[in-house]
Amino acid sequence: MSSHDNTQDHHHGDAAGHDHTTFQPDLKEPTEDWEFLEIALRELLIEKDILSSREIQDEIEAWENKSPEGGAKIVARAWTDDAYRQRLLADGNAAVGELGFTVEALKLVALENTDKLHHMIVCTLCSCYPRPLLGVPPLWYKSREYRSRTVREPRAVLKEFGTELPVTTEVRVVDSTADCRYLVIPRRPNGTEGLSETALAELVSRDSMIGTAEAFGLGGKRNTL
Amino acid sequence: MTDRAISDLGGLTGGPIDISEHQPTLSERRIDAMMMLLRKKPQAFWVTDENRRTIESLEPKAYEESAYYERWVLAIRALLIEKSVLGEAEIEAKLAEVRARPAGYTREDQR
Amino acid sequence: MTGPHAIGETVRVSAGLPPGHVRTPLFLRGRTGVVIRHFGDFPNPERLAYGLSGLPKLHLYQVLFRMDEAWADEVGKESVEDGTYAPGDTVAADIYETWLEPL
Repeated sequence: MSSHDNTQDHHHGDAAGHDHTTFQPDLKEPTEDWEFLEIALRELLIEKDILSSREIQDEIEAWENKSPEGGAKIVARAWTDDAYRQRLLADGNAAVGELGFTVEALKLVALENTDKLHHMIVCTLCSCYPRPLLGVPPLWYKSREYRSRTVREPRAVLKEFGTELPVTTEVRVVDSTADCRYLVIPRRPNGTEGLSETALAELVSRDSMIGTAEAFGLGGKRNTL
Repeated sequence: MTDRAISDLGGLTGGPIDISEHQPTLSERRIDAMMMLLRKKPQAFWVTDENRRTIESLEPKAYEESAYYERWVLAIRALLIEKSVLGEAEIEAKLAEVRARPAGYTREDQR
Repeated sequence: MTGPHAIGETVRVSAGLPPGHVRTPLFLRGRTGVVIRHFGDFPNPERLAYGLSGLPKLHLYQVLFRMDEAWADEVGKESVEDGTYAPGDTVAADIYETWLEPL
């Protein structure tokens, strides 16, 4: 699958000859078998009116509009509104629905991290991820290394993310094997009592909602995702 | 270990995790979108578990060596054939035509 | 209605190696854990995977395992010493009722 012999007839000068890349400079010519396959399948589906080009573009944009900012809003609300936090823990789907999010057909389960218990999420069988709340998963979440090692050596994995927890904290690896999607509510950083919900949301990183990291501390790095 | 499904990775050893961020390419985004759309109602050509089963049925070498979205597009191909949405011959014919296009043309998607 | 298992019940995951698509990871087969949540009933993925209806639905549970229980085959492994997990660490997985046996 990874043969490169399919580039034979293409001239791949990087700089010259690609005039039409100016409007979208990140686009490259397909070179891999699977990239050609994507084009072939897409064009056939469009020709047969099964999908439309517009529909595909809209779907791409819809996913690009979903990002960890969604999850961060939910966490910030849970941090500031105890009744909301209780509802989120009791019925994730209904509680995220209150803020305009839908997680269709799946059960959304929020897990709260505390001083005593730290959840981290993995899918050892595929790459289940709460996409409506966090967007498309990062590459590492889908990687062989993360999926294999996390259930066996969670603290070594956490360390690679710069996260070290005392042995008195139970690290609970949650393998998302079935119809549930998990959202971690990280611990609220100290000294954030006066912050607004919007300011708090900026402290909620994507990784803190997967559980490979904690939320950013006050004055620490801000969420840029 | 033939008892272990190729996708069932829990507890295997592995190297360091590459935690660098990665922006999906246009091909990857399109594959993602096609997969989502084909599963969406009212079309619902297949469900998630069929997709997983198809990925698990890839040759072990193909599973190991292919990137994430490469496995997805292979699964889409297999499922479209299985569900008689597309025929293998027409896919191969289209693929040959796509490959024979001059550089630049394959990128155009204003259709 | 929590199905055949109660919260807090000790259960063993079937050690079976059935062919086909399953959602019970190999590393937990034959291991003993405790039911910590009942999620309701969901279509059977082992049937959905083959284009079938997924009915009857199955009760789905979250089962919690001690790390040492999950990795007990690694004889003589001192969990604390290698730093990869601490004695109190755990792993949880979502397991359908057909895979769980009462102890």
